[in-house]
Amino acid sequence: MNRIKNAFDKKQKNLLNIYFTAGYPALESTVPILQALTAAGADLIEIGMPFSDPLADGPVIQQSSTAALANGMNLRVLFRQLQNIRATVPDTPILLMGYLNPVMQFGVENFCREAAAVGVDGIILPDLPLDDYVAEYQEIFRRHNLRPVFLITPQTAPERIRRIDELTESFLYLVSGPGTTGGANTQAEGVQDAYFQRIENMQLRNPRLIGFGIGDKASFQHACQYAEGAIIGSALIRALDGAQDAPAAAARFVSSVLH
Amino acid sequence: MPTLTSTSPIYAPNARGYYGEFGGAFIPEMLYPNVEELRDNYLKILADPDFQREYQLLLRDYVGRPTPLFEAKRLSQKYNTRIYLKREDLCHTGAHKVNNTVGQILLARRLGKTRIIAETGAGQHGVATATVCALMGMECIVYMGSVDMERQRPNVERMRLLGAEVRPATSGSQTLKDATNEAIRDWISNPVDTHYIIGSVVGPHPYPDLVARLQSIISEEMRKQLLEKTGSELPNYVVACVGGGSNAAGAFYHFLDEPSVQLVAVEAAGHGINSGHSAATSVLGKPGIIHGSRTLLMQDEDGQITEPYSLSAGLDYPGIGPLHAFLGSSGRARFISIEDEDALRAVAECSRLEGIIPALETAHALAALGQLGAGPDEVVVINLSGRGDKDLDTYMKYADQLK
Repeated sequence: MNRIKNAFDKKQKNLLNIYFTAGYPALESTVPILQALTAAGADLIEIGMPFSDPLADGPVIQQSSTAALANGMNLRVLFRQLQNIRATVPDTPILLMGYLNPVMQFGVENFCREAAAVGVDGIILPDLPLDDYVAEYQEIFRRHNLRPVFLITPQTAPERIRRIDELTESFLYLVSGPGTTGGANTQAEGVQDAYFQRIENMQLRNPRLIGFGIGDKASFQHACQYAEGAIIGSALIRALDGAQDAPAAAARFVSSVLH
Repeated sequence: MPTLTSTSPIYAPNARGYYGEFGGAFIPEMLYPNVEELRDNYLKILADPDFQREYQLLLRDYVGRPTPLFEAKRLSQKYNTRIYLKREDLCHTGAHKVNNTVGQILLARRLGKTRIIAETGAGQHGVATATVCALMGMECIVYMGSVDMERQRPNVERMRLLGAEVRPATSGSQTLKDATNEAIRDWISNPVDTHYIIGSVVGPHPYPDLVARLQSIISEEMRKQLLEKTGSELPNYVVACVGGGSNAAGAFYHFLDEPSVQLVAVEAAGHGINSGHSAATSVLGKPGIIHGSRTLLMQDEDGQITEPYSLSAGLDYPGIGPLHAFLGSSGRARFISIEDEDALRAVAECSRLEGIIPALETAHALAALGQLGAGPDEVVVINLSGRGDKDLDTYMKYADQLK
C-alpha cells in the first residue's frame, strides 16, 4: 500500500500538507493534533521531529522544537505515541521531517523499522545529501517501503532536478524562494511564479507541493495554481501558540485555509 | 608558493571532503548551489598566480607577515625545554584569524559576491572579517551570540567602528554555535550575492580545507624560521589551542607528514571534563553532524547538540574541525584539555615571564607546557594565536587568580 500515491491519485489538485512539531505545545498533543488536522481536511501530514539546531527552519519552528525538546520529546517517545495511529487515521499519508543527526544516533535501520511499523509513509531530512542517500540509505528506505522527499529550490540546477525526480517516488518539495521556513516572500513580483512555471514546464514524473512562506488561504490558492498542492508549517504553529485547546485551534486553522 | 596548493597525501580530504570518516557536506538543498560553486572553484582560484600575488602582498603589507618566531627564554628556563612562540598575536587585528579573511575576501570577489556574512565567537574572526570588508568596500554582517557580545564587548565596538553590522544570535546558548546557525540561515536567504566567510576549519566541504590552506602560512613560516634559529625545520612539538581548530590547522599543516613532530591540540576543559561544564569535544563528543560536517560532536543520547562551556568565548564550540577529529582518532595528534583556572594561570605566567599578554584561548595552549614532557634539548613551538586585550574585562574579574 502506498498512501502517498493514493492521496495524489484521489485528489489531483489543491492538496494541503500540514507540518507540525511533535510534542508541541504539550508532549502528548502529537496525536490529538494529528487527528484534528486530518479530520479538518488536511490531505497529508508532516510530523516534525524536533532538533536542537534546525538550520533550514525559521524562528517559529525553532522555538516550537526547543519547547518540544523541553517537554521531553524524542524519537522513542514519538514512535510510542504513533503506535496505534493507523487505527484512527487509516489513509492520510504521514511523513516524518527532521534532521539527520538524531536519526543517525537512533540508527537509520532502527529508525526506518520503527517508522514503518507505526505506519509512516515518507521521510524528509533536508540535510541528508543526495549522494549519501543513494550510497548508504536508499536500500534501507526501500526495504521498509519508506519514501524519501527531497527539496528543490529556485537555485537548483535543471539536471539536478531531473536526478531528484528520478530518485523520488512520492512528491517533490518545491521551496518557494530563498529563505528558511516561515519567512515572508520577499522576491520581486513575477520571479516566484516564473520559477514555479519553469518547474511545471519540465514535465516531471512526480507531483509537486510548494512550501516555505505559505501561510493562509490566499497564498495556498496561489501556490496551487502551479502545483498539485502546498505545505504549511509555521503558520499552523503560530495558530497553536497560546491556544487553550490546541487540536481545536489546529482544526480551525485548516478550515480557514480550505474554506 | 606551497602554502595554498600543497597537500598532505594522508591528511588531505578526499573529493567528497572526507578526512577518514569525518567531513562531508551535510547541507540542505538551499545551500547546495553556493557550496557547489565554492567547491568547484576554490582550488582553481587559490592556484591562480594573480590571486597568490594579491594574497601574499596583503599578508606582507597589511597583515604584517611574516610574524616573528620568538625564543621564550624565561618560559624555557621554567619548563626546562626550548620554547618558541609563533607570534600570530602580532598580526593586524591581533590574531591569526585575518590570514583566512584576507584570502576568503579575495576569493569572494573573484566569485562575484558583493555581500559578506560571518559568525564570531570571541569576536576575533568578526573583527578580522569586518576589517577586510572595510578594506575592500564590501557590506559586512557579523552574527554573534548575545552572551558573547556581552563578554567580548570591545570586539563588538571594533566591528561597528569598522562599518560592520553585528547581529545578535539569541537562540540556544547564544554563543558561537548559535551565531553559526544564524549565519547559515542568512546564507540560505541570500544565495546569490553573498559569500559566507567561515572563521574556522568547520562547516561543509570545502570550508575545512579552504580555511586550513589559508592558515597554513603559519607553519610554512615556522619551518623557515626554525631552520634559521635551531638548524632544523622540524621541532619536537607544535602546540595549539582548538575550538573549531583554525590556528591549530595552520600550525600543524606543514608538519602533518613529519612523524617526528608531535602535534598537540589543546581543548578547553572549562570547569573540568566531568563537571558538565566543558568544551573538550575530543573527550566528550561522539560522531555526529554539526554545521554541515560529520565530526566529533558533544550531544545527548538523542542526538541533540549540547551546550559547551569554556570561560573563553573562542573555544566553547560543541564540535571540532573534521581534520582534527581525524588527527585525534588516527593518533596523529595528541589532545590535552585545560581547565579555566589553569588557562588563567598561564595568562599570568606568560605576561610576567615574557611580557606578552595572550588571549584566553591561546593561554590554554600555554597551559599545556607542563604536561608535554618535553626534554631540555627538545624544541617546542607554541602557536601564540592571539593577544589578550579583548579579554581584559575577564582578566580584571579574575584578578585574584592572576596574581
